[in-house]
Amino acid sequence: MYISSAEIEKIAQLAKLKLGQSEKQELLRQLGDIIAYVEKINQLDLSQVPAADSADIEPVNLRQDKIEAGLTPQQALMNAPAKNKGFFSVPKVIKK
Amino acid sequence: MNELTPYQTIIGLEVHAQLKTDSKLFCGCHWQFGAQPNARTCPLCLGLPGALPVLNRKAVEFAIKLALAVEARIAQRTAFSRKNYFYPDLPKGYQISQFDSPIASSGKLKIRLNSGIKTIHIRRIHLEDDAGKSIHAESWVRENESLIDFNRCGVPLIEIVTEPELSTPGEASRFLQTIRQLLRYLDICDANMEVGNLRCDANISVRPHGGATWPGVKTEVKNMNSFRAVERALAYEQQRQIELLEHGEKILSDTLLWNEKAQVTESMRIKEQAHDYRYFPEPDLPPLKIDTSWLDKIKNEMPELPDARRDRFIRQYKLSRADADLFTATVELADFFEKVVVRIGDVRLVNTWVKTELLRSVNQSADEATPISADAFAELLDFVKQKKITAQSAKIVLVEMLTSEKAVAEIIHDKKLTLLSDANQLGVIVDQAIADNPDAVKHYRSGKRQLLNFFIGQVMKLTRTKADPEAAKKILLEKLDAE
Repeated sequence: MYISSAEIEKIAQLAKLKLGQSEKQELLRQLGDIIAYVEKINQLDLSQVPAADSADIEPVNLRQDKIEAGLTPQQALMNAPAKNKGFFSVPKVIKK
Repeated sequence: MNELTPYQTIIGLEVHAQLKTDSKLFCGCHWQFGAQPNARTCPLCLGLPGALPVLNRKAVEFAIKLALAVEARIAQRTAFSRKNYFYPDLPKGYQISQFDSPIASSGKLKIRLNSGIKTIHIRRIHLEDDAGKSIHAESWVRENESLIDFNRCGVPLIEIVTEPELSTPGEASRFLQTIRQLLRYLDICDANMEVGNLRCDANISVRPHGGATWPGVKTEVKNMNSFRAVERALAYEQQRQIELLEHGEKILSDTLLWNEKAQVTESMRIKEQAHDYRYFPEPDLPPLKIDTSWLDKIKNEMPELPDARRDRFIRQYKLSRADADLFTATVELADFFEKVVVRIGDVRLVNTWVKTELLRSVNQSADEATPISADAFAELLDFVKQKKITAQSAKIVLVEMLTSEKAVAEIIHDKKLTLLSDANQLGVIVDQAIADNPDAVKHYRSGKRQLLNFFIGQVMKLTRTKADPEAAKKILLEKLDAE
């Protein structure tokens, strides 16, 4: 087994998902298969392969601090399920 | 805490500072305090699918400047990680932060206390994006909702984490004030706690004095919006922990909010498990190389820092330590002082006038010490130095300058404060001062020479402080001595 039932429950809780018993079983199998598949990489001998440092960003390739036009408030709120006075409205949350 | 109490306190701070870039950390959105809600957003900072972050070069340079200023070790290669948590003001579902390779680590900052200088070590400095703003409490928010403004979402933040080396709430506040001064000197953050562009969370732990180890239990205090709030919240929390220990109770690890109205800390009742942020490398941002040539370029742009400037003021202008501290408290006041000195030349005159007159007129607050331009102030002092107006008149002009846009010469003209040094005109006034005070004249002539100052005062009074004191003295002496 690559993943335990307790781990599935923890992931579900962190993702704020409620899972039924059969869903849990199914995910246990599916996630287990995925991990087993990716696990194959660990069988490769990479001791002679240099790390992929060449992918680093060079300072010159960073973005200049320039302002670009974004969305209007109307556009930003277009797909909001609920809005009020120009704000996104969400179910009440406690103060952070 | 003083030596008499049987308890010891340690405090560590996490300071967040919003960087003064024009655009956000990973997108080109303008950000500005006070804009209409949700008017500063784009698909990237709204967390819409498919939008890719591109790092703002200036934000990195600002973070490096702070790292240089606190002598931190700057990473040659730095990387971003995702910090995962759910909250409505975080549309991506994760914050792009730094985890195992922050931009800088192992820095130090000296803070000045009444007891001397203390070095506080800085564990790390890293870059991250800010979340949006949630609004809960305002009267116009409906009962069952919270409102979200995403303008702040994606604004560049630096997080500064100290080692737990602060021993009192006062030291914590002092550290923050020192960081604020540094951020402002570097011109990378407005650093205003009330507005929220400088924020602070604190970890605090208490143990009996002389204990061999720390109990490992600490509480985290959030929501402190001023230096005073930091000091009060930590003093409250310190006392609360001591009382728990005194009653033989256990201190529980907790996250607390400072309630400014009630002046108490309150538990947020967060489940410990919620703190599993599952950091992993941000796949959309390759690691960044910080090479020497870039670093050298940034080093060349470093301004003179507060301590260096204070020491130079002491050397160059022969100021006392206290005066140098005062004049370098803010970069604006330091620039102001130097500009005026350059124009006037007379350091002592400038020192006195900035300290006693200008700072007094703004309630001794170095933060607000420069309501008028250095040029205008220098012009006023030039009149004083050239003895074109009296010191008394200059004070009247200064008061007017603080509230009006008028030029110095115009105020002097309008208020008829031009120095009265014409011998004939002064002669008439001196005659009157003598005629008004026959008894004083008699005493003066019988040997009480110190009454001369009384007569100068009379002349000043009659001319509403405009008289040239030297000229008035000369004429007074002639007339009083001519029997």
